[in-house]
Amino acid sequence: MSSRELTVDGVRELLREVAGEDETGGLDGDIGAVPFEDLGYDSLALLELAGRVERDYRVRLADDTVVQARTPDEFVGIVNQARAGAR
Amino acid sequence: MTALVDDSVAARPAAVITGIGVVAPNGFGTEDYWRATLDGRNGIGRITRFDPERYPARLAGEVRGFEPRRHLPSRLLPQTDHMTRLALVAADLALTDAGLDPAALPAYAAGVVTASASGGFEFGQRELEKLWSLGGEHVSAYQSFAWFYAVNTGQISIRHGLRGPSGVLVTEQAGGLDALAQARRHIRKGIPVVLSGGVDSALCPWGWIAQVANGRVATGEDPATAFRPFHRDAAGYVPGEGGAILVVEDAAAAATRGAAPLAVVAGYAATFDPPQDSGRPGTLRRAIEIALADAGAAAADVDVVFADAAGVPALDRAEADALAAVFGPRGTPVTAPKTMTGRLASGGAALDVATAALALRDGVIPPTVNVDAPALAHDLDLVTSARPARLRTALVVARGYGGFNAAVVLHHPTAAHRQGAAA
Repeated sequence: MSSRELTVDGVRELLREVAGEDETGGLDGDIGAVPFEDLGYDSLALLELAGRVERDYRVRLADDTVVQARTPDEFVGIVNQARAGAR
Repeated sequence: MTALVDDSVAARPAAVITGIGVVAPNGFGTEDYWRATLDGRNGIGRITRFDPERYPARLAGEVRGFEPRRHLPSRLLPQTDHMTRLALVAADLALTDAGLDPAALPAYAAGVVTASASGGFEFGQRELEKLWSLGGEHVSAYQSFAWFYAVNTGQISIRHGLRGPSGVLVTEQAGGLDALAQARRHIRKGIPVVLSGGVDSALCPWGWIAQVANGRVATGEDPATAFRPFHRDAAGYVPGEGGAILVVEDAAAAATRGAAPLAVVAGYAATFDPPQDSGRPGTLRRAIEIALADAGAAAADVDVVFADAAGVPALDRAEADALAAVFGPRGTPVTAPKTMTGRLASGGAALDVATAALALRDGVIPPTVNVDAPALAHDLDLVTSARPARLRTALVVARGYGGFNAAVVLHHPTAAHRQGAAA
């Protein structure tokens, strides 16, 4: 698992698991550029997501860096940057 | 001077209960619970939420058949303890019962004041187990609030956008009454609506051990005999989960939107007992007397008492003494429907208030079950089967572990209350 890059699909899947999803199906479709706030997730949901990603993708993420991610695309960028830096 | 006092009292808005949401071991939803309670249906049984085999006490009042996914959005599930899920459902039921759409209210017009006794223990235990066995990175970020005392208030507030004055009262079993009194204070200050009451659950090993340690939990194995307050063989209480959320409204606001009040929150008092080794008497009687005075009611006006019913002989004796002192021996009917649910911590007195309001509505006193041989029959007219009665005033008594006493007086609404009259 740790050899995989994190993708927006990975974010979608983990978000559903750790923070649930609105019944409106807000996580379907192209969400890469949609702000987490508009998807219904607050900073705690983001921390919950980050904790799960740290375990599944063997990466260390600083809390203050993670909460700067406004969209799934930005989150993926932060995670993969951290993984690249750690290699 | 008297006129001044009367004027200030008359100017205060009256707080009325316009909606009730119940989740209880013997009934899910208000009317289901009420029918079960009048039928004397017992909700106590062997614990199923964890394996109780190695614990000294194994019976509890569990809310059966609760499937959170059927009632709540999946967004809320990862961040809520079992007790918060029950509280959210009870709040939904209460708002529906009141016919109140929170979205239609002005911002800050509605607050939330609930009681809590332990917080979200099941959630907390699970996350602490992860901390010890797997490490801090495995602990949910939602642990930051999911086990807090105030979490039910907060989640109800967020779910319905209720941004008025809010808070939490932590006085164990007395909490349901103390929260209701705080709601009434907000109503009197001009807030039209407050959701109040309490819903609790700590039926996990951690919560169970914390409760059993007080030495008052019944160790009997038979649901029909384990919790028998005022019985000659009383041997402790059975803990339970659940409770009630109440919509409390300014009578005028309720009248304006055409909502019929179920009961008027007419009187309240709280006292605190001196240390047990002080030799000074307990203060339960004073709580009852002050609450009656606060309601402008005489002892003879009280048509029914919903007792605290500790199930511990010395505490039962103290309560019977207090009631006999205020009302005279067998002076007014006394009941303890909590014999069907167990003691629900912060949910207990809230459920008793809900039950008292339903009793006032329907003119029937719900029974105390399993108490066939009251030890205190010369002092207590204990109602052991549903008894029709003309009910205008009900008293709810509650005691919280550690010395908390509280009493609430409810009145049947008068025509004036229905038209929005002040207290």
